[in-house]
Amino acid sequence: MSRRYDSRTTIFSPEGRLYQVEYAMEAIGNAGSAIGILATDGVVLVGEKKVTSKLLQTSKSTEKMYKIDDHLACAVAGIMSDANILINTARVQAQRYTFAYQEPMPVEQLVQSLCDTKQGYTQFGGLRPFGVSFLFAGWDSNFGFQLYMSDPSGNYSGWKAAAIGANNQAAQSILKQDYKEDISREDAVQLALKVLSKTMDSTSLTAEKLELAEIFLLPSGEVKYQVCPPEALGKLLVKSGVTQPSVESSS
Amino acid sequence: MECVFGLVGDGFALIAADTSAVHSILVHKSNEDKIMILDSHKLLGASGEAGDRVQFTEYIQKNVHLYQFRNGIPLTTAAAANFTRGELAIALRKSPYFVNILLAGYDKDIGPSLYYIDYIATLHKIEKGAFGYGSYFSLSMMDRHYHSGMSLEEAVDLADKCIMEIRSRLVVAPPNFVIKIVDKDGAREYAWRESISAA
Repeated sequence: MSRRYDSRTTIFSPEGRLYQVEYAMEAIGNAGSAIGILATDGVVLVGEKKVTSKLLQTSKSTEKMYKIDDHLACAVAGIMSDANILINTARVQAQRYTFAYQEPMPVEQLVQSLCDTKQGYTQFGGLRPFGVSFLFAGWDSNFGFQLYMSDPSGNYSGWKAAAIGANNQAAQSILKQDYKEDISREDAVQLALKVLSKTMDSTSLTAEKLELAEIFLLPSGEVKYQVCPPEALGKLLVKSGVTQPSVESSS
Repeated sequence: MECVFGLVGDGFALIAADTSAVHSILVHKSNEDKIMILDSHKLLGASGEAGDRVQFTEYIQKNVHLYQFRNGIPLTTAAAANFTRGELAIALRKSPYFVNILLAGYDKDIGPSLYYIDYIATLHKIEKGAFGYGSYFSLSMMDRHYHSGMSLEEAVDLADKCIMEIRSRLVVAPPNFVIKIVDKDGAREYAWRESISAA
């Protein structure tokens, strides 16, 4: 019976649901998770890389974190090929804004423009929606540091701490318990690693399975997007007590 | 003939403009306001072809308002100036607008600022500037008497000096002028300088 309504994205079911959009969200529930935490002096993004095969060449750059503009970055959960398209449009939008106004694009405006694109695919053309959720972290002169989450339906919302991807509900509830107002960036990193260590399927957290990126202000007032190198990430993991310093990896 | 000039003072910016609408040798109107209040904290003084001036400045005003409605935050003065320049630059290679613009604004974190934008889409951030035949005299007066951090009283006095010089030295001097200012409290009309009553 329901088959009649889930084959097309643009058709409501009698219960008023859009199955294809819900399925897209379901797809993201299986993807590697990502966590974002808003701190007083920056925003922290942590992502889980799913290692599919030992033979796979691990990319030197980041897999889940993408810089969109100097003041804005995002973490991805979902179908990467879909995400690449959206990231490209986001970068174009940001540059277009800078071209028109010679100023960096306000964070929410960029999130909104991207979500307009996502929404379009749930209504027009008989195409499938983008199977991607994003966490956007950025800074602008109007509202300071910001963290946004977006889903395939084109909804977006601002958060103090948010999780997307596999086990996002468990992560969200730990964040709800442990998040404190005016948390520092350093503590936010610890918290994010702790949450991920509890919600990830794999038994031990290692630097190869993780990505950490931060957005903060330099003393000069410039916005800085920084990706934590694997070596430093390994040390952070030991420091936060989620992994033991491994003997084999040092040999 | 046309005179638009402006300057930045301590915590405010000022724009003055003549108020004559002329065609050929005839004066049709002597109370034409050529300084648009762009939004709560921006002034846009314009000179040039009368039709182009009205069309283009209204177009900019409506777009600045649209931005504010859509995004809930106003454009900064710098962003509005760059947007205006961009629109002039696009129009320049199609059907150009003959409008020269002085854009004054006040931003909370930046303070007052003044931008020079001419019809060929040049953009400069300036402390004092002028357009039109009156510029020959007002620029000289401002070169001589302007200094940074002028008080409102000093600035209005300097504007009056410019108007006096235009009236006494320019053959085709316009009779009436309007002075507007923008500061932390917003953009507003400050005074008129009329030598004939607007009828």
